[in-house]
Amino acid sequence: MIPFLALIRKDLLLFFSDRRAVMMGLIIPIVLASFLGYLFGGSGRSNTEISKMPVVVIDQDESAISRAVAAQLTADTHLDVKTATLDQAREQVRKGEIRAAIIVPKDFGAEAGHAFFTSAQKPAIKVLYDPSHGMEMGMIQGTLTGAVMQGVSKEMFSGEMGRTQIKESLAQIKSDKNMPAADKKTLSDLLSSVQKWSERQGQASSAEPAGPSRGLTIPFETTTEAVTSGEGIQYNGYAHTFGGMGVQFILFMGLDIGIRLLLLRQSGLWQRLRAAPISRAALLGSRTVSAALISGFILTVLFTFARLVFKVHIQGSFVGFVAVCAAFSLMTAAFGLMVAALGKTVEGTRGFSIMATLIMVMLGGAWAPTFIFPQWLQKVTVVVPTRWAMDGIDGFTWRGLDISAAWLPVGMLLLFTLLFGIVAVMQFRWETES
Amino acid sequence: MLEARGLKKSFGKIVAVDGVSLRAGAAETIGLLGPNGAGKTTTISMIVGLIRPDAGEILIDGRPLRGDTDPVKRKIGLVPQDMALFDELSALANLQFFGALYNMSGAVLTRAIDDALNLVGLADRAKDRVKGFSGGMKRRLNLAAALLHDPQILLLDEPTVGVDPQSRNAIFENLETLKKRGKTLIYTTHYMEEAERLCDRIIIIDHGKVIADDTLHGLHKLLPVTNVLAIELDSPDGFDPNWLKALPEVESVELRDRLLRVGVHDLSSGAPAILCWLSEKGQPYQHVASERPDLETVFLTLTGRSLRDAR
Repeated sequence: MIPFLALIRKDLLLFFSDRRAVMMGLIIPIVLASFLGYLFGGSGRSNTEISKMPVVVIDQDESAISRAVAAQLTADTHLDVKTATLDQAREQVRKGEIRAAIIVPKDFGAEAGHAFFTSAQKPAIKVLYDPSHGMEMGMIQGTLTGAVMQGVSKEMFSGEMGRTQIKESLAQIKSDKNMPAADKKTLSDLLSSVQKWSERQGQASSAEPAGPSRGLTIPFETTTEAVTSGEGIQYNGYAHTFGGMGVQFILFMGLDIGIRLLLLRQSGLWQRLRAAPISRAALLGSRTVSAALISGFILTVLFTFARLVFKVHIQGSFVGFVAVCAAFSLMTAAFGLMVAALGKTVEGTRGFSIMATLIMVMLGGAWAPTFIFPQWLQKVTVVVPTRWAMDGIDGFTWRGLDISAAWLPVGMLLLFTLLFGIVAVMQFRWETES
Repeated sequence: MLEARGLKKSFGKIVAVDGVSLRAGAAETIGLLGPNGAGKTTTISMIVGLIRPDAGEILIDGRPLRGDTDPVKRKIGLVPQDMALFDELSALANLQFFGALYNMSGAVLTRAIDDALNLVGLADRAKDRVKGFSGGMKRRLNLAAALLHDPQILLLDEPTVGVDPQSRNAIFENLETLKKRGKTLIYTTHYMEEAERLCDRIIIIDHGKVIADDTLHGLHKLLPVTNVLAIELDSPDGFDPNWLKALPEVESVELRDRLLRVGVHDLSSGAPAILCWLSEKGQPYQHVASERPDLETVFLTLTGRSLRDAR
């Protein structure tokens, strides 16, 4: 036992002897996690100002309807509406200064009014958008639909323009020889009733509009509730980013362990270690334990910082959180040993394993959550150990899951540990060419 | 006692060691001499269990090494050719670690560390980080690390590479002390003078094979000459050294730059004859010295190549 403990103690002494490297190994993930956490919503603060999308509305019609649509868009809390010429707007979209430019064409009001009650040609609103913000286009289109429906229907039920268009529509129906008589009568009655309603609304214009004169609106409202670990506990974006950066930098630490072991095998120190009466299991096992301890130390520092500065709490099972971190640390150590076992030259191994690590980090959701991945990719990530680490860390921090949620990620991480460990032991080259 | 029989080791198509055998008794110092790549380090690595031989066996006190954790390993101390120290740790922390590898702890380890540091003269630098040490100090600490568990057999793989003469002398004194304590030393080097000074017996290895195994005196007997007369000529232009071979006293002759080296069996008769011959031929010289042939000459005689050329 003395040699085994001495080997672990030596690894820890060497790790902490390079204080600058230790500090950088902690500071860099803290800075990155803090920055990414801020971008991903921080610790539950209001992001209204940040998330307002800059758009330009170009009203080429300048009718009552087009003005109403522009007003509706301007009043929307998610949009920051500006005005510009078409050329200016196109340039601003190209430069990424605005997300989209909404162009309301000439005669939009008249055409939209006709199309509201009849099968007349619908006018088209052109939207120029920044393709790098494709996801936001859906939201802009939804907001635009609501604004157009409300603007057009309000004018049609209570505006002067609406009354004129109803008169024209009634005349068209009367002169239409193809429409069946029963349909003619029903549609004429409907429009006549709307005409009377509109005239009454026009006479009482100072009164508060009621009924359809408000314009057609979406017939429901949504109330939202972020389901977190408990009532009144808000989602904390820092929980995910600190977990992600912790996972990334611990994997790099595991990689470093592998590279160092490769270097050690080429040095006199390896000969001295192998000359001593120590088992191979002790040599590799001690390195696994010391790497796991260092990994645990890094996670502890990161989450202590996150707790003190960003109020990241372990809302779920603390034991579950520790179990996931411990399993991930062991997996990282086994990964490092596998790198040392499979690597031949330091240079070649470093390049290949950095790439493998970055892929694991990316697919594991350490940079961006896996739910934004395509479905097929989300399924593929079950073979990536970092995904289970991230699921576990998210689960026990802001999701507030209980201990029963630990078995799957811990089990998967231990399975990967076993797999990497077996490869490392089978492939490790104990003899060195002298 | 250490005994190696018929050791063979190949790396791919390269035969590194080809049938090396050696024996080393208590308090005996064996020199493994040969150029770089001769197979010295591979032989040492097999003896200490770092490399498994393709053929042959190694016996320590009559029994073979069984596995990584065989307690017999405690009888062996290894001083690797590469510096086997952690630069970031203090000398004391290094020795504590290496001692613990042999299951040492507490007062026993502390005493062993004190003894080792005192032997190599680094007791006052125990708490200093190794990265601040000179090359010579590191070499001495490298030696100390192999002594902590008081091994009976010490394998030293070129322990003086890259050190200044003063440190080399200090290491020699350490090794002579160990020799007096009855330790068996196996010492690999390609420095002749080290082997001549330290070793009771010298094994010359070349291309993985033992080409000589004898005492220094015994190796000298292998030579065709017992002395060399070194004469510095004034001007060797037009002088053909082979002319000297006509003299019956002359066994060998070599001219490099202005230095004429003539091998003779009997210096008392050979030297006057050669100097007289040079005077008669009108070949002036500036300096005359006599040399005993060294191991370089032995190697040259046995292999046809000089050690320096072979490296």
